[in-house]
Amino acid sequence: MNCTDLLTHLSDYFDDKLTPRLLDEIRTHTADCQHCRVVLDTTHQTISVYKDNEIYEVSTELRERLHGAIMAKCLAAKK
Amino acid sequence: MPAIQSPATEEIHPDVALVERAKAGDTAAFEQLVRQYERQIFRVAQHITQNREDAEDITQDAFLKAYEKLDQFQGNSKFSTWLVRIAVNESLMRLRKRKTSKTVSMDEDVHTEEGSIPRDFAEWRPNPEQQYNQAELADILRKTIQGLPPGFRSVFTLRDVENLSTEETAEALGLSVPAVKSRLLRARLQLRERLSRYFRKKQEGQPA
Repeated sequence: MNCTDLLTHLSDYFDDKLTPRLLDEIRTHTADCQHCRVVLDTTHQTISVYKDNEIYEVSTELRERLHGAIMAKCLAAKK
Repeated sequence: MPAIQSPATEEIHPDVALVERAKAGDTAAFEQLVRQYERQIFRVAQHITQNREDAEDITQDAFLKAYEKLDQFQGNSKFSTWLVRIAVNESLMRLRKRKTSKTVSMDEDVHTEEGSIPRDFAEWRPNPEQQYNQAELADILRKTIQGLPPGFRSVFTLRDVENLSTEETAEALGLSVPAVKSRLLRARLQLRERLSRYFRKKQEGQPA
């Protein structure tokens, strides 16, 4: 496996969709390739940092206001 | 005498019963669905439009549309995926209205090659959470995702922020599974490249 091959398998790697053979090939390649090791690690961190941090907070106040408005519109449409 | 259990039946999603009740006119059942998904729909709309007021309007309109078209929901997909699809379409329509001279679609700007080949090979040390406080980090993450074309932003949001499966993401966006996979890879790589500007390990002597 070379660096370009690794890129094509990157998303499947993070989605746990790789066969054990391909996973082994990636491990062998990254053991020797510092650049790919960094790409793998920082792409993993990219996904995690967005998963773990809610960047658009929905406050209780906003949620209640939204909820009220949604239900008012739906009930008006029902009539 | 214990009831005889049917062998290995497929698990039915709890939304199915709520949708059936809502279709029969039970407003409380629909309200429960609203409670379950209003935050998610708001987040999706805000991620795509990058505008809070638009996201509020879209959330209301998406639920109203779902309520009015409930009879058309056949149950071939999850209710939540169907709802997300409505919200994505409303969001893209809103973007189109905002930029009247430009077409905004799932295909806009996705032909860019930017970020598809990694260029930054610096490690992120210490990790982002250690480098910045929560408010600073949220600000960086917002600014960075804003720079992605809508077609990439939508895929990344549904797949990596909202945890939809690849198949559900494809269905919600009206894309093929290979198209979702290709856009997701490029969205992840572009975000990685842009975030490296903030999170890369500082060289000795370089100002923070």
